[in-house]
Amino acid sequence: MSKSERPSRLFRNLNAKVASIPMILTALVVFVGGTAWTVLYSFTNSKLLPRLNFVGLDQYYRLWATPRWLISIENLLIYGVISLVFSLVIGFILAALLDQKIRFEDTFRTIFLYPFALSFIVTGLVWQWLLNPDFGIQGVIRNLGWTSFAFDPLYNSSIVIYGISIAALWQGTGLIMCLMLAGLRGIDEDIWKAARVDGIPMWKTYLFIIIPMMRPVFITTLVIIASGIVKVYDLVVAQTSGGPGIASEVPAKYVYDYMFFAQNLGQGFAASTMMLLSVMIVIVPWAYLEFGGRKRV
Amino acid sequence: MRYKLLTAALAATAALQFAGPAAATDLEVTHWWTSGGEAAAVAELAKAFDATGNHWVDGAIAGSGGTARPIMISRITGGDPMGATQFNHGRQAEELVQAGLMRDLTDVATKGKWTEVVRPKSLLDSCTIGGKIYCVPVNIHSWQWLWLSNEAFQKAGVPVPKDWNEYVAAAPALEKAGIVPLAVGGQAWQSSGAFDVLLAAVGGTDTFLKVYKDKDAKFAAGPEVAKVFKAADDARKMAKNTNVQDWNQATNMVITGKAGGQIMGDWAQGEFQVAGKTAGKDYTCLPGLGLNEVIATGGDAFYFPVLKDADKSKAQEVLAETLLDPKTQVAFNLKKGSLPVRGDVDLNAANDCMKKGLAILAKGAVIPWTDQLLSQDSQKQKEDLFSEFFAKPEMTVEEAQKRFADIIATAD
Repeated sequence: MSKSERPSRLFRNLNAKVASIPMILTALVVFVGGTAWTVLYSFTNSKLLPRLNFVGLDQYYRLWATPRWLISIENLLIYGVISLVFSLVIGFILAALLDQKIRFEDTFRTIFLYPFALSFIVTGLVWQWLLNPDFGIQGVIRNLGWTSFAFDPLYNSSIVIYGISIAALWQGTGLIMCLMLAGLRGIDEDIWKAARVDGIPMWKTYLFIIIPMMRPVFITTLVIIASGIVKVYDLVVAQTSGGPGIASEVPAKYVYDYMFFAQNLGQGFAASTMMLLSVMIVIVPWAYLEFGGRKRV
Repeated sequence: MRYKLLTAALAATAALQFAGPAAATDLEVTHWWTSGGEAAAVAELAKAFDATGNHWVDGAIAGSGGTARPIMISRITGGDPMGATQFNHGRQAEELVQAGLMRDLTDVATKGKWTEVVRPKSLLDSCTIGGKIYCVPVNIHSWQWLWLSNEAFQKAGVPVPKDWNEYVAAAPALEKAGIVPLAVGGQAWQSSGAFDVLLAAVGGTDTFLKVYKDKDAKFAAGPEVAKVFKAADDARKMAKNTNVQDWNQATNMVITGKAGGQIMGDWAQGEFQVAGKTAGKDYTCLPGLGLNEVIATGGDAFYFPVLKDADKSKAQEVLAETLLDPKTQVAFNLKKGSLPVRGDVDLNAANDCMKKGLAILAKGAVIPWTDQLLSQDSQKQKEDLFSEFFAKPEMTVEEAQKRFADIIATAD
């Protein structure tokens, strides 16, 4: 390009740039601005209405001394590990099975994806009934004659979070399966043929050739699952509303309850800032590796 | 573009909703009275207001006060205030008043001589901030009641207890008969409220005030309160098989004889009434758990957000007057099972339990309730503690009391 044209680079694709201004502004004002505002007010003692009356780190000291917050964090970790591992593994296995050129693939795909069409609230209510000891699975099996059968995770403090995870997996695995299936379909037929000629067994081909080739799909899936984990709220509200007691509380619910029920904005903001921080701790190193590293290559 | 369309569509639906037949002034009133007895009571208020030539637009929000209040508050702070809204009088709306979002009703109050008719005086005090009156109390609700199912005790073959101690003693017999001794729903405020009742009944009025009014953390960790925690431990054991969430489901267990009793406010009485049960015959009520007959003057009140529309502001005044009208007071409170805020109304139609309540009120045995003494923040922490305590049998009484004292130490 000649030198005289260079200054006009800013104006190249002007339409596209003008069109994206609203989104840029939204991102700056709503996301960045809103985040900064929240962090700032988390250092105040705002109650029902936001007030700039700074109290230092008091809200954070109180937060980390609150048993309910600690239980929430623990629950989020358990829920996170379960939904990450199981939805990836089950999703991939289902996709690999569907990829075997089976008959009625469309039907199966629809069945597996169907729960995803339901909101978390509906999912939660469905599973609340299924796991209810009197009307659900336990009740049905007891009526069949096995009277000592016990399966009531939602009413047992120590395993309630697993009961919630079951519902989350049921709802979310179908989507993961579809993403994986798309990834599998993107693999060149010739690679399969080459592997077969070399006599590599199928499971080895998947593990050492196909999965490494599907890295971008896995990363997308990971981001989708991870963001779903951090924001889990409605599922808990619909299934147990945090109970029994406070055994199934999650951080997002703590934020909501303290901001609106307890009329203590400062405490809610401190909790949401901690949630943001935990997301950053995961995202920043990953983004650095993913985007920062590539430039140097 | 799409956004604009959406806004236009929203505006159109909003306009449709509010246009209606607008001969009279429409006033939207939000509240959380949705159970059977409550809905019947609120219909009385609507009827009385409609009779003044205005129109009551019902804005019921389901899911109890905890769910409804955030919605109401965000509407008021977000610039979309309703005509009037329910709160529990006390400190729930304190900051909204301080921010100038609520209407000063002092003029209406002077005209209606509220200071003379409202009884006990502490009710109006809770509505008064900086010498001005901001709300209309409509009823007195007291938590201090133990509702017992006569049928359940008959089935268990033990006499209906006369106080909490006899009740605890009767628990094993109830359990043997396959009856849950005490129904406590899963919602956090229920277990927390039950504890507060025990604090006032087992501990006594002074103990209650020392903890919640003076916020004496050392006392809260001491032996007096330890006795109350012992009682709460009994309650927890008696309630462990209640598998319901909502308070009215728990009350229903008592109505149908599946549970022996329930510690619940006098709003439970509305449910007994709707179910066609008679006080004294089908069920028994023990104010103050039969140990310390006091009544807490908590309750409901209506607040009026500042509105720009002159017609609506006028209608607000009419509504404020209507709510305190003797006739409305009687009709509303009979259905609601609560006590009227005026001492000069005729309540011959009141049933056994309400009469007991009125007698205690006349004696002046009243205490302020936690809504008046503690901020929502402290109340929420208390709720978290007691919902955990009731759901987790491993949690020791000592640990719970220690955490309770910590909450009292930082309470405001």
